[in-house]
Amino acid sequence: MFPRPIEKAPHGKQIAYKVALPIALIAWLLPLIAVMMTSARSIEDLNKGNYWGLPEKWMLIENYSEIFRVTPMATYMLNSVIITLPTVVVSVAFATMAGFALAKYNIRFRILLFAIFVGGNFIPFQILMIPVRTLTIDLGFYDTPWALIVFHTAFQTGFCTLFMRNFIAALPNELIEAARVEGVSEWKIFRHIIVPLVRPALAALSVLIFTFVWNDYFWSLVLVQSDEVRPITAGLNALKGQWLASWQLISAGSIIAALPPVALFFLMQRHFIAGLTLGATKG
Amino acid sequence: MSQYWRKNQVKIAPWLFLAPAFFVFALYVLNPIAQSVWISFHEWDGLGEKTFIGLANYEELFDDDQFWISLTNNVYWLVLYMLAPPIGLGIALFLNQNVPGIRLVKSLFFFPFVISQVVVGLIFAWFYDPHNGLMALLLGNIGVDPIAVLSDEDLVTYGIIAAGLWPQIAYCMILYLTGLNSLSPDQIEAARLDGAKGLRMLWHVVLPQLMPATFIAIVVTVIGALRSFDLVAIMTDGGPYGSSSVLAYFMYEQSMFNYRMGYGAAIATVLFLIMDIYIAFFLWRMIRAERG
Repeated sequence: MFPRPIEKAPHGKQIAYKVALPIALIAWLLPLIAVMMTSARSIEDLNKGNYWGLPEKWMLIENYSEIFRVTPMATYMLNSVIITLPTVVVSVAFATMAGFALAKYNIRFRILLFAIFVGGNFIPFQILMIPVRTLTIDLGFYDTPWALIVFHTAFQTGFCTLFMRNFIAALPNELIEAARVEGVSEWKIFRHIIVPLVRPALAALSVLIFTFVWNDYFWSLVLVQSDEVRPITAGLNALKGQWLASWQLISAGSIIAALPPVALFFLMQRHFIAGLTLGATKG
Repeated sequence: MSQYWRKNQVKIAPWLFLAPAFFVFALYVLNPIAQSVWISFHEWDGLGEKTFIGLANYEELFDDDQFWISLTNNVYWLVLYMLAPPIGLGIALFLNQNVPGIRLVKSLFFFPFVISQVVVGLIFAWFYDPHNGLMALLLGNIGVDPIAVLSDEDLVTYGIIAAGLWPQIAYCMILYLTGLNSLSPDQIEAARLDGAKGLRMLWHVVLPQLMPATFIAIVVTVIGALRSFDLVAIMTDGGPYGSSSVLAYFMYEQSMFNYRMGYGAAIATVLFLIMDIYIAFFLWRMIRAERG
């Protein structure tokens, strides 16, 4: 283990470490802590300029219920769910099939096809913007949830294929070959051998894609425009314009927007990190 | 038919498995890239007819001060973002211990990466606020007048980059924490017996083993720096007077607010070409590892 475990250090050093740890943590999260505090402040507090001390009066419930009452926050939130969930399911499903094809069959252009999926994943969004917007309008999806669902599904399929192909390539070939000798069809091999084996990867990938899509801002500016379909990221920025002075509401809104990915991260931490670091420990 | 299928199943099945993914990817990613490049040779307001004008958009672009400001800012982003991997490594080394509660501490350190850049942008815009922001307050304590970071042409880009570094460092930290977890204990112990420790140990024994993590950290950091859009859009809209714009935002502004689709497409093409250098490098390494 590196650095040397602190338990083996002199007593004084151990205490110093245990004191430094929470201080470092608070300093690192200071901006976030301030926003949480402000989401519980009263407007009088803010008017007095008490932005960074403890709230004089705790208005936690009032502020959070206010933001749902006076702004379309609930709609934004629901829109984000409507956009994110189908995207996760479909892109992961498409990518599992494509990843299987690229990992376990010796087809032509295998490396080229894989490179296209991987490379497509790193390009700047702006190179897609104008044609995707035009296509979305032509298909009649502009300013509907479909605009974002279909685009995100297509785009995230690239990353998912990279991920699934690497995961499936590491699975042993023997099971597949044995099944083939038995005369099992390719679809059944996929359905009954591959899918059960990739289950851990499915979890990791789903959490990651959920976070990517939930946090998207650019496409929610380009492909939708009305409050009825806006996801929470674009909604939050619209609120900033309308409620300029009401920092307690903007803060509450920020916390609400951040909550689903944070909760998911905590619930599925191991999967999440396995997803992000794929390949970081080998190869 | 069924006979044919049975015979050739192994040849046809993979193409059927690939078809849905490839179809959506071609429709929404590959084809739009080609179309954007094509549009960049035209004058187009997004609604009427396109007029072919050859390279005129590019000629105009290279004479446009705003283009050079944005490109320079992209370079600043790229260079300063390179702080994220070493700082991330530093935090990872600090946190790589087995004291009670350390798992929770690690997760909390990772928080900035999980939350949306919109929220990060709002938080930092407020942090910099010269009237009530925490920074003004802290500066006041040491007797310095508040600095309006986001309305100062010389400071604004650094201010936004600092906000972007926050989640980026968290990302690099988690990559390194995972890397540190899989260090070979034998090599570390052997080096220790030889008397290696501290920085020498880090440089000669630990870092070589962390190469894969470093590679991914640098790739995602470069891509993150060149893709920067959200924070600029949230914190300044490219202002004051375009001084904090980057190519991604400049492109968006030209196409969405000025209805200059051809010009916007030309900016996007330039950004795309710059990023291709890194994408090609990544693919080259990946394919080499695949074959090796």
